[in-house]
Amino acid sequence: MASIPLSHILFVSTALFFIGMYGLFTRRNMITMLMSIELILNSVNINFVAFNKYLYPEKLDGIFFTIFIITIAAAEAAVAIAIIINLYRSHKSIDVEDATELKW
Amino acid sequence: MSLVEIIFWFLSGLALISAIMVLLSKNPVHSVLWLIAVFFAISGHYILLNAQFLAIVNLIVYAGAIMVLFLFVIMLMNQNAETEPRSKSTWIKLAGAIAGGCLLIVVVAAVRDSENLIQNIGGKAYAKTAVTTHGEIGLIENLGRVLFTQYVVPFEISSVLFLSAMVGAVVIGKKD
Repeated sequence: MASIPLSHILFVSTALFFIGMYGLFTRRNMITMLMSIELILNSVNINFVAFNKYLYPEKLDGIFFTIFIITIAAAEAAVAIAIIINLYRSHKSIDVEDATELKW
Repeated sequence: MSLVEIIFWFLSGLALISAIMVLLSKNPVHSVLWLIAVFFAISGHYILLNAQFLAIVNLIVYAGAIMVLFLFVIMLMNQNAETEPRSKSTWIKLAGAIAGGCLLIVVVAAVRDSENLIQNIGGKAYAKTAVTTHGEIGLIENLGRVLFTQYVVPFEISSVLFLSAMVGAVVIGKKD
């Protein structure tokens, strides 16, 4: 990693973030939207690890932030999938546009 | 071009192409498989960035646990390319592309500008390229020592979070 500037890693993570955001905007399958959120979280993780490595290579704070983000993402995926299963049971569909009961 | 650069460009290309394929594939099972490819590429980046333990944790937790959960749910609901909901209009896709693209341009410009900023903050030799003297910093011995001294409170709080998420998932998901 001696010859790669920090900005190249940041470009990769930025591109991943906005690919995930585009997916969150355009897909209507709830599970695919959840996968886009996982993409966004992973791009943030790359940022944390890269800044930790390039700015403070003797510390571990960025790596711990990433570990806690991974744990929280696991908990979030479990709860979100429980909600999606419940919605599928009552609506017979996982299209996000079909869940309109809470809409004004 | 050194070996590290070749590996970096290969992993970056793999990550971006797989991420695009996650969104382009109609079948949700294919989306999950492409997402697993993205996670493998990101784990390769972690190894390049001296975070070896994090790379393995990323593979085990994301590619091993969360993606298997996704696959099970997709197969349980019998989702395939035919049942995939279609967007009503192409305007939503156009709006998403424009909004995401504009933000992407802004953030890329900010990142390009950040190199000077980093040099001002750091003021040291490792502003642009990393020091590779501590290759063992991301191994589990150092991580465990810091995790159980400096980060012990967030560690315990995350165990409470997992307990509440487990109870919440069971309560929400149960048939009533």
